[in-house]
Amino acid sequence: MIEFRNIDFGYDEKLVLRDVSFDIDPTESVVIMGPSGSGKSTVLRLILGLECPQRGEIRIDGRNICVMKEKDKQELRKSIGMVFQDGALFDSRTVGENVGYYLIEHTGLSWQEIERRVREMLGFVGLDASEIIDKLPEELSGGMQRRVAIGRALLSTDPKIMLYDEPTTGLDPQSTENVLTLINKLTRERSISTVVVTHQIADALGVAKRFIVIHEGEVAFDGDFVGLRDCRDDRVRNFLGPFRASMDLVAEKKFMNGV
Amino acid sequence: MVASLFGRPIYIAETMEQMYLIGIGSLFLVVLTGLFSGQGFAIAFANELSDFGAKDYLGRIMSLAIVRELGPTLTGLMMAARVASGITAEIGAMKSSNQLDAMRSFGIDPIKKIAAPRLITLIVMVPAMTVICDAVAIFGAWLIAIFHAHISSTMYWAAIRERLVFGNIFIGLVKPVVFSLVIAFISCYKGFTSEGGTKGVGQATTDSVVMSSITILITNFVFTKFFFPMLRGYL
Repeated sequence: MIEFRNIDFGYDEKLVLRDVSFDIDPTESVVIMGPSGSGKSTVLRLILGLECPQRGEIRIDGRNICVMKEKDKQELRKSIGMVFQDGALFDSRTVGENVGYYLIEHTGLSWQEIERRVREMLGFVGLDASEIIDKLPEELSGGMQRRVAIGRALLSTDPKIMLYDEPTTGLDPQSTENVLTLINKLTRERSISTVVVTHQIADALGVAKRFIVIHEGEVAFDGDFVGLRDCRDDRVRNFLGPFRASMDLVAEKKFMNGV
Repeated sequence: MVASLFGRPIYIAETMEQMYLIGIGSLFLVVLTGLFSGQGFAIAFANELSDFGAKDYLGRIMSLAIVRELGPTLTGLMMAARVASGITAEIGAMKSSNQLDAMRSFGIDPIKKIAAPRLITLIVMVPAMTVICDAVAIFGAWLIAIFHAHISSTMYWAAIRERLVFGNIFIGLVKPVVFSLVIAFISCYKGFTSEGGTKGVGQATTDSVVMSSITILITNFVFTKFFFPMLRGYL
């Protein structure tokens, strides 16, 4: 379970998040939306313990990550998988080395065993291992890179929580569909908490039933699709903008279709 | 950052890789620098000394100048130009593409993983490259002594040996160790603190080279003027 309690966070003098509070239950899927620069990605960095808030506390499964030593955070991160924006693959390493990174660094497994697991994972995320395992990330398409990043996060940790930072930004429709399908498959099959940060509203509706809208560092909305559609808050209405008109259609197509 | 450099784990494979990239990769540059600098200085000194009928002293002057000053400083500057820029650009690019955060999310300290191997490599390789630069520069000066100044080879090498005493060699090896620390700390710091995407990485890389080079020159002066005279009785 993820608990955010009255979080203030900023860089230097500028506050990025102001009094942000929410809970995410185990196995719950949540999308955090908002315009660029609203502080969405910062929420993920705080959950992962890469940053510490100036005020408030963040609890992961009841443990306050803000007061943990780095060593304890590293232990906790083993239960959190993170897919960074643009994948953040190590560009000087092959796809195989990227996906098996954690195993190479933290276990004494032989390369044969690591390679076996890497191939299995690449298959799980829908990629042809024999074709790409020895390639560098730059040789892959954007969609393939995201799926490799998801595979790396899964093989690196035994996740109870998966965090996705803009997983579909910049992808073509087919790749977007593949990545969203994979996110849903993971959430369903592994019964994990999923937090997706995005400003792509159509994608958001495809992966969760709960939505948090952040505007200029504050939670402007926290609720379900119907609440989002009918929300009267100007900040939310402005963010949804022209998309509001077609939300019902999207809902029919994606959201109400058992997502 | 400094505290994170020490302690386990020690990344031996990364350190060996850096030894190859930084050390072997810089060899050609250092050899060229030593050869042509040694020859250039030897010509200038030989011409000046011959006016006073003292060109037989060329070996002594070259030995002193190369081992104590030219070798360490030129090697330091060359390594700063080639290595500091590479380190800052690499770390900066990793930071701007979230690779450092990805590393942390997998329980790996980027300072231990990236900075420590480069620091160890530079502490070993800058002195080693300096010794090579010294040797090549002395060889280059020998060519000038023989073919330009027409000094006997025996006299040249005798003069070189005369000035290759413990004190001069010690000074010539302490400086590159200090320069290696300068290059490592400035280049890593600039990389880890770079901001502003590609432009920011470019700026950090430029700053890294400029700051490393200037610090090397200032440090060299401080050591020559103030520090080593204090050790005169011991060396």
